[in-house]
Amino acid sequence: MPRDAALRQAPPIALLAELTHRCPLACPYCSNPLDLIAREAELDTATWARVFHEAADLGVLQLHLSGGEPASRRDLEELVRRARDAGLYVNLITSGIGLTADRLRALVDCGLDHVQLSLQGIRADIADRIGGYRGGFDRKMAIAGEVARLGLPLTVNAVMHRHNMDDLEATLAFAADLGARRIEVACVQFYGWALPNRSALLPLRAQVDAAKAVVEAARPRYAHRMAIDFVPPDYYADFPKACMGGWGSTGLNVTPDGTVLPCHAAATIPGLVFDRVQDRNLQDIWYDGAAFNAFRGHGWMKDPCKSCARRELDHGGCRCQALALAGDAAAADPVCRHSAHRPVIDRIIATEGEAPAADFIYRRAGAASG
Amino acid sequence: MTGDLRPVLPRGTRLHQDRVRGSMVLLAPERALILDEVGAAILAEVDGVAPISLIAARLAGRYQAPVDEIAADCREFLLGLASDRLVDLHAA
Repeated sequence: MPRDAALRQAPPIALLAELTHRCPLACPYCSNPLDLIAREAELDTATWARVFHEAADLGVLQLHLSGGEPASRRDLEELVRRARDAGLYVNLITSGIGLTADRLRALVDCGLDHVQLSLQGIRADIADRIGGYRGGFDRKMAIAGEVARLGLPLTVNAVMHRHNMDDLEATLAFAADLGARRIEVACVQFYGWALPNRSALLPLRAQVDAAKAVVEAARPRYAHRMAIDFVPPDYYADFPKACMGGWGSTGLNVTPDGTVLPCHAAATIPGLVFDRVQDRNLQDIWYDGAAFNAFRGHGWMKDPCKSCARRELDHGGCRCQALALAGDAAAADPVCRHSAHRPVIDRIIATEGEAPAADFIYRRAGAASG
Repeated sequence: MTGDLRPVLPRGTRLHQDRVRGSMVLLAPERALILDEVGAAILAEVDGVAPISLIAARLAGRYQAPVDEIAADCREFLLGLASDRLVDLHAA
């Protein structure tokens, strides 16, 4: 990219730090890659601390500590402290499993700003079946109670799919009762482990229509109490989502071994070269990294995107989904009505969206290769 | 909501001087709201004690502007933030 174009690129707002891929849960829609990174390859405390400072210098404001389950890292408290020292707003994205009341208090003392708690279901039977971990729901509820007792701001992240979408109304009420200030109703997106599990997870069209109506009716009722963020399932949309707000425009992901990605699934795109925090400063990676510049702007586009009025709105949709379903990362997102590949999605909806749900492939090392 | 209101920044929501962008930012759960001068001036007066009427009076004095106009601007801005829980509003 020419230097003047690089200078026009705004700094990132957010850094998603995947501290580890270890997790006691095995959710079949996990956004981690099918090839999970082993503990031995994880960055150490000092390297993460350096990354946090580089991120703050670059203009990052929000740090999302994620995984896997970040509580699997014994140095989580120290990492939170170092991130606050760097001046970042520190959000912990957790299943709650691996946290205790004592650990939560220690995290607050280290400066933790906010907790985002995942919710697999609102009853133990479904939650533990989705998470693949018996007793997980009860442990999660205990931690949710501690979060409320400590007065920590809480967001509930509820991934919705065929098995729990009918519980949406009750899920909103459940989150509000937990004291959540926000709920993210995230309809499953088909990346990572969700892609091989698509025929088990894809909601029915009637479920999606009902969910949209529930959210619209609920918003005014929960105003001033709980904000509702709704991510609709893009397969049922006419136009693609503005994935990541545009490639390389708002945030970066650092994987457990230090690889820096423009999004969760970017490593599925062949030919992209990713920098690592061990080799290069985050500022250079953001402005000059080959992977970050690969799909910035509109120069990479083909028709129909190149000449489309919507390109400023959705930036051509998702590059990873174009690769996965159209076989070309520079094609229009096949969700789009203007894409020649839209029939691929219509066929998936017609077959997988109406057939009985398949069994889950749980997220476990080696589970997706067999 | 009617009558005078007392805005409070809820826990987990704080003002931050963004040295890279050269502006004030309201940091909140999953949100980073880059503030213009007006928004930054209003939020700088939110101390959990002052009601909107007092905040507006202070700003009107400082910027030599009509207090009614300022009060309406403050109210609209803070109500917008409150609907997303970026600010909590209590009866003054």
